[in-house]
Amino acid sequence: MSVIVRTISRVVAPVALAFGAYVIMHGHLTPGGGFQGGAVVASVVALLVVAFGAERWKKWIKVLLPLEDTAALAFVILAFLGVGATFFRNVLAGSGGLFGAPVPQPGPNPGALNTAGTLPLMNWAVGFKVLAGLGAVVLLLALFGREDG
Amino acid sequence: MTALHVLTLSLVVIGAALAVWFRDLLASVIALAGASLLLSLEFYLLQAPDVAIAEAGIGAALTAAIYILAIRKTRPKEEE
Repeated sequence: MSVIVRTISRVVAPVALAFGAYVIMHGHLTPGGGFQGGAVVASVVALLVVAFGAERWKKWIKVLLPLEDTAALAFVILAFLGVGATFFRNVLAGSGGLFGAPVPQPGPNPGALNTAGTLPLMNWAVGFKVLAGLGAVVLLLALFGREDG
Repeated sequence: MTALHVLTLSLVVIGAALAVWFRDLLASVIALAGASLLLSLEFYLLQAPDVAIAEAGIGAALTAAIYILAIRKTRPKEEE
């Protein structure tokens, strides 16, 4: 693509990447979540592929495909962690540590980030799976097939 | 507020009609992406920001990119 498209892409891509990461990380507090944030990040991948050409990003296929499998596996493992009680039981909630801080009581709070137990981890798993899957779809579609037929 | 809904939805319909009308497929895809973006604005006005983010990411950005990549590998003009 032209110099204009490439220059604008260099400016927009980090901002969109940061927004997608924000949507994934705050998925349990604000609108959005793993799927939405992953779609935003995948649109960054699509932007880079359209702007800079697919050949330049060819080796990222080797990263994206295992990343999708790993994220799906991580989601299932997180769901199985609570299988002693029920599938999807939130084993980290209220247990302290990194994500299990107790919810401040009583009443509304400004949004305590690390209170949701396994939900942020599941959001990350879904986000990585969606960004890897959709990014791989766009990248493979751009790589294969005839050019200017 | 009702006027804003009417304006947004009218622009969505106009964008969709333009997507059908254009002979140049690239312009058609741009019109479809614009209609999708306006649809995500309408979702936001209806207080569904969750759906609006998904619509803006998938409808406006990803499908447009996939269509553009497909057009690049086929004919850019619609045949009569």
